[in-house]
Amino acid sequence: MYLIPSLIMFGCGVYGFITRKNMIAILISLELMLNSVDINFVVFNRFLYPDQMDGMFFALFAIAIAAAETAVAIAIIINIYRVAKKVDISEITKLKF
Amino acid sequence: MDSVGNIIVYVVAALAIIGCSILAVTTKKILRSATYLLFALLATAVIYFQMDYEFLGAVQIAVYAGGIVVLFVFAIMLTHKPGKDAEPLTSHKRWMGVGAACAGVIVCAGALFSYGKFCCAKLLPGGNFDIKELGTALLDTDKFGYLLPFEAISILLLACIIGGVVIARRR
Repeated sequence: MYLIPSLIMFGCGVYGFITRKNMIAILISLELMLNSVDINFVVFNRFLYPDQMDGMFFALFAIAIAAAETAVAIAIIINIYRVAKKVDISEITKLKF
Repeated sequence: MDSVGNIIVYVVAALAIIGCSILAVTTKKILRSATYLLFALLATAVIYFQMDYEFLGAVQIAVYAGGIVVLFVFAIMLTHKPGKDAEPLTSHKRWMGVGAACAGVIVCAGALFSYGKFCCAKLLPGGNFDIKELGTALLDTDKFGYLLPFEAISILLLACIIGGVVIARRR
């Protein structure tokens, strides 16, 4: 029953990832998806193997990787904004300025 | 999952997750979107606490709510004029997104409810690890040890710090 909110969270993440145009909003949708996967790891660990902690470590490492990924992505977005003055992915079509 | 208080906490957390996730991807203003993301992550931390993973809940609050959302707010403040709305979506793109999300959710919900035993499983005792056990497992090299991913992720974080500084540096 913990999987139901996680499932809806993942669906929201997919919807936002496809429809949003702002790069930071896309990153927020990505965080929603990563977080729902973390919930799944922890729920399956807790309900199926309650005396082991592998799923918890998977969730821990996933959180750390999500933090690192967000930091680098935001650095890239700020750099793009500094060069191109916009954060809309439909307007940023060049890789080199 | 037997006492009334547990069920109330679960319902509140689940509703908060569902509502805040939907609002985070549909709201017009980007700063509100980040705030709804923060509340969804806090509700996730409540679920971790309810499953007796106190350390994981604390990490979730510290890293997500304390680190990532603050990073998001900084980035939004640096790249947006305050109070500006997002552009309205084109309808064809919206239907594509709704279609993809609904297809995934329906397939997964079908799989979930076809295995209906899992939906109402009791929370077994256990899972309440103390911090000493966690630290030992994290720096262990035998079968259930996690030393190699621990070191790999520390190198990844170092690379991310350096990469973030190099990418965002003013030239």
